[in-house]
Amino acid sequence: MTTTAPAPHKPYRRGKQRSVLLTLLTSLFAIYSLVPLLWLVINATKTPEGLLSSFGLWFDDGEFALFDNIRQTFTYQDGAFTRWLGNTLLYVVAGAGGATLLATLGGYGLAKFDFVGKRAVFATVIGAVAVPGTALAVPTFLMFSKLGITNTPWSVIIPSLVSPFGLYLMWTFSAQAVPDEMLEAARIDGASEFRTFFQVSLPLLAPGVVTVLLFTVVATWNNYFLPLIMLRDSSWYPLTIGLNSWNDQAQTVGGEAVFNLVITGSLITILPLLAAFLFLQRYWQSGLAAGSVKE
Amino acid sequence: MTRRSWIGWQFIGPFMAVFALVFLAPIGYSVYLSVFRTRLVGGTSFVGLENYTNALSDPQLWQGVTRVGLFLAIQVPIMLGLALVVALAIDSGRLHGKAFFRVTIFMPYAVPAVVATLMWGFMYSNQFGLVGNINDALNITLPEPLSANLALASIGNIVTWEFVGYNMLIFYSALRVVPASLYESAEIDGAGAFRIIRAIKLPAIRGALVIATIFSVIGSFQLFNEPAIMRPLARNVLTTDYTPNMYAYTLSFAGQQYNYAATVAIIMGVITMVVAYVVQLRGTREN
Amino acid sequence: MARFIKVAAAATAAMLAIAACSSGSDGGATDTPAASGTEADVAAALEKGGSLTVWAWDGTIKDVVAGFQKKYPNVKVELNSALSGDKHYTALQNAVAAGSGGPDVAQVEYFAVLQFALGKSLANLSGYGADKLKADFTPGPWAAVTPNGGVYGLPLDSGPMALFYNKEVFDKHGIAVPATWAEYVEAARKLHTADPKAYITGDTGDAGFTTSMIWQAGGKPYQVSGTDVTINFADPGAAKFTAMWQPMITEKLVAPIPPWSDEWFKALGDGTIASLVTGAWMPGNLASGAAAASGKWRTAPMPQYEAGGKATAENGGSSLGVMDKSANKALAYAFVRYAASEEGKDLRIKAGAFPSTTKDLTSPEFLGTEFPYFGGQKANEILAASAQDVVSGWSYLPFQVYANSVFNDSAGKAYVSATPLADSLKAWGEQSAKYGQEQGFTIK
Repeated sequence: MTTTAPAPHKPYRRGKQRSVLLTLLTSLFAIYSLVPLLWLVINATKTPEGLLSSFGLWFDDGEFALFDNIRQTFTYQDGAFTRWLGNTLLYVVAGAGGATLLATLGGYGLAKFDFVGKRAVFATVIGAVAVPGTALAVPTFLMFSKLGITNTPWSVIIPSLVSPFGLYLMWTFSAQAVPDEMLEAARIDGASEFRTFFQVSLPLLAPGVVTVLLFTVVATWNNYFLPLIMLRDSSWYPLTIGLNSWNDQAQTVGGEAVFNLVITGSLITILPLLAAFLFLQRYWQSGLAAGSVKE
Repeated sequence: MTRRSWIGWQFIGPFMAVFALVFLAPIGYSVYLSVFRTRLVGGTSFVGLENYTNALSDPQLWQGVTRVGLFLAIQVPIMLGLALVVALAIDSGRLHGKAFFRVTIFMPYAVPAVVATLMWGFMYSNQFGLVGNINDALNITLPEPLSANLALASIGNIVTWEFVGYNMLIFYSALRVVPASLYESAEIDGAGAFRIIRAIKLPAIRGALVIATIFSVIGSFQLFNEPAIMRPLARNVLTTDYTPNMYAYTLSFAGQQYNYAATVAIIMGVITMVVAYVVQLRGTREN
Repeated sequence: MARFIKVAAAATAAMLAIAACSSGSDGGATDTPAASGTEADVAAALEKGGSLTVWAWDGTIKDVVAGFQKKYPNVKVELNSALSGDKHYTALQNAVAAGSGGPDVAQVEYFAVLQFALGKSLANLSGYGADKLKADFTPGPWAAVTPNGGVYGLPLDSGPMALFYNKEVFDKHGIAVPATWAEYVEAARKLHTADPKAYITGDTGDAGFTTSMIWQAGGKPYQVSGTDVTINFADPGAAKFTAMWQPMITEKLVAPIPPWSDEWFKALGDGTIASLVTGAWMPGNLASGAAAASGKWRTAPMPQYEAGGKATAENGGSSLGVMDKSANKALAYAFVRYAASEEGKDLRIKAGAFPSTTKDLTSPEFLGTEFPYFGGQKANEILAASAQDVVSGWSYLPFQVYANSVFNDSAGKAYVSATPLADSLKAWGEQSAKYGQEQGFTIK
């Protein structure tokens, strides 16, 4: 774990000739990335009938039902989708927010302090990550039900609070972004370690924090498996489980097949994440850069 | 540079407390469960290491391990290779619309596995899906993506689609902090683009490559979401023991064999740790 | 980093101390649990009131809940209908294993009743007077909820099988409605030859369909007596079914479309799949999932092995049971009784459920219902007749939930390889037997 800060560097892009061939080749890959999303957008505009009868990658001539689908998505089952959206936001704010806080504090602690058991901490974290999470679901469920927190938001939020990758990222990022001399100066001034952290270090850690926040937001937003086991009451579902329950609904006696709402709901589910990524691009890329270059 | 004291624990403490609750305690509980056996008829009894000896000779488990091993050997190099090539292309400064590529190729990462699998599942369908549409339009018969021979590759495609952008971004970010002075001197020496990549860029991002590989190794061994969500479309091919993780899931959820499932989980954890450790060791040997 | 495995192992081992919780239920003997409570308790519980949690995905239960709460205003019922199928049983079994968090009342399909009864998850309701309701229900469903001499739930609906077919497609290709399986296979060939994109039915390997078909053929692959279980897929009934169905698979006469998928519904709607042999609960699903074909479909009796035969089987169908861990079993039973044999049942029939009560199956009003989806046909006449002709003596395994969940691992091979159906079913039997042995059953 080397901790030298990267030298400031000039962008190495001047005077390069753009290559049409390389652009075309990369475009092929971009198309691969985009086609399924395009499919989602196109099919969100179709009625249930059109969905099955028209060509998958083009609009249905008959009808353009996007707005009707969106309206139905939000009103179907007394607005369950809105409720799930709210739940997801709750899990994201509490889970991803908490995970980022814990990872930032922890990563900073690992980078800037020497303490008994430090090596063991990282080793334990990496070791534990290797054990399949799905297989741990039952023990976790049994423990949580003894604590009486299954089928409550806690059963989703608490496991989301741990982001080993976030810890790793904040460790390497803190090591580079916060100069030791600055901490020494603060200590000489008599500031407490936590005060130093919040007033001196945290501003310097901002890009790293945003990066970790985005990764944990994606993780909690897309969380599927654990809530599936923990939650029974659909009024606590996050979007992913809610959508899958709509998808499953076709196969129950008397259940309604609402594939059009599943597709439209899926589209609505990924839009906020895409928006967050686009808006925060600048931040998180520099945060990631510092984190990933180290080992 | 750092201060040796207990203050460090005050920072890492909260993380470790939650970590202990949601990772270590269930693992410990699994270890405990793995030395017992509960039967529908006969109740619970202590069996020592019997679950482990059974698992070591369980063909269902090892077939799954072989399958994810194959997946690991093929999908991970392809995914990381593609990610690296795209990262190098974007970093080369020779692309038109660099920002566009960076964003579009990363986008799939934001799509939940449930949604991604749903979309690809539809497109794979040779009846009414995209494959079916293409067959009809061109009057050909494409091979069935979810047939016994192709299913693993089709799942590999979904995983690749989901994670290429994520890995690309890790590589790209690492490339961006390679000091420009290194390239400039190489160019003065007359080195071509490929030589610069081999001699300067790749060694400079070795750390990122190792970390991405380790995470991909872990991901492969834990392969679950994509085959499990896709299963209703091809139950005869994507069996309940298709991957070790699916096997453990079936054991505990369909079969109520919590004890044996815990044993499988622990064995898989050990295998994954060993492989990840070997990758780490090889990746950093020359440093 | 070199030490990390060692350290991780040590840390893991240390957690053993923390994890010294109990290892779940202590498993059960298999004797019939003594029925607790009396009929007087039920009346008293209704008098006193209280609250109940119900886990049931059946769409008609919400009407029952509303009616029940209206009739007994001091009872509060919380209905949870989010999960169905495998996920429902998983949640139920998890709650049983955890010892808390489960419902008071749960919907349990007939094939799963024995498993939950044996694991003592379901309460024996005979003390509350449930055993006196026997005459109200048709024999098949009643037998399913009364294994080992107890009453582990009341039948909610039933799924006597029938042939649902797309008349327009049949007429177009001049196919007569098949009365025997031989005619059905012949019709399958004729249809697929005339239109290679069309299939007479879809089948990608389904445990429920396969077991029901063997049931109709007179097979008894499962024999259960206490903890002694016999599994035999070489049984003559099973052989009769596999001999008839094998050409359907080999000649690719069944659409390779996974059931309940969006394309399956599309195939039902556009004539790609021209018929289904399934339970009487299907019409509602056709109407909502394959609305495009409304008016084109019809119902006919289930095809027979012998011309003029009258053998049918049950496919699907559920009971409503009371969980043994329920804190208010008497009140829970009151709800079950209301839903299965009192006013709640009438509300359910009105909402489209197919009943399992003898009286309703013979009422002129029920039999006279005209189905717009079937072009005004009085389909209940055929379905109710089927309920009377269900072959008796069938038993499911006491671990059928598990066996069904792994059906495609072994039996599915017949659909994706050259393995004959008969052999793949035997492999399924062996896989089930292995599990049964691991669970402590005596397998023969």
